[in-house]
Amino acid sequence: MNPGAPHVLPPSFWATAAMIAAVVLSSTAGEVLTAAAMKSIGDLDEIRARSGLKGAIVAVLTCPLFFAGIFFMAVAFFALLFTLNHLNLGLAGPATASLTVVTNAIAAKLFLKENVDRRRWTAAVLICVGVYFLAH
Amino acid sequence: MILVLVAVCAPLGNTCLAKGMTGLPQLSLAHLLPLFAASFTPWVILGIALLIGFFASYLTALSWADLSYVMLATAWGNVLVELLSHFYLHEPVSSQRWLGVALITLGVGFVAPGPSRTEHVATEPALVEKGPTR
Repeated sequence: MNPGAPHVLPPSFWATAAMIAAVVLSSTAGEVLTAAAMKSIGDLDEIRARSGLKGAIVAVLTCPLFFAGIFFMAVAFFALLFTLNHLNLGLAGPATASLTVVTNAIAAKLFLKENVDRRRWTAAVLICVGVYFLAH
Repeated sequence: MILVLVAVCAPLGNTCLAKGMTGLPQLSLAHLLPLFAASFTPWVILGIALLIGFFASYLTALSWADLSYVMLATAWGNVLVELLSHFYLHEPVSSQRWLGVALITLGVGFVAPGPSRTEHVATEPALVEKGPTR
């Protein structure tokens, strides 16, 4: 919040939840689509060794899934700017950062069919709580 | 090295963005133009530059590792920022924050030694190359 700005009422519970949900969901969609794009392209280090940096850039820029991911990441970016302008960093930061850890793990298992085993779930929960404490 | 870049650039970039945005007057959905104008303030530009560095290394990491691995293994970037702020900038760190540092370190310690990529089993049986019938 800007200390010089005129006093305004804080957003309601539902408005706060909607802003945080918009950041978390758009960020998760962007990361899952980008990960799917990079999986379909293959190891960038190998592509760069075979076709050079230009070949690696062309491989990324000719993948439609990559642009879908970029679109949702852009939505998440502006949603985060908007949210930071309306909510305290002490609330928006920990809430979006910690929830994104869990929603990414769920989305990676559901949509990317990744093997999110007990080790990764335990790490996700520990990091989610840790990020909340750290950013709060 | 790639995972280090992912871990360091993201939290530093977000911190710069937050610093840039909190200095601006409140925005509204009816007038979104100032939101785009905000992208050209110094702190936001520095934040964007750091996030571009993060994104390049993030894409490289995702090309050879799982999303759920990269995301968890690079979470210690938050710890690094906290340790720098304490030991370099001499900022006080509360016991709650130290607990957060411990939990993230423990979580990264859980996931980092594990496999970085899920090997999907082919849905169709592999074709077995047969030798010539005699």
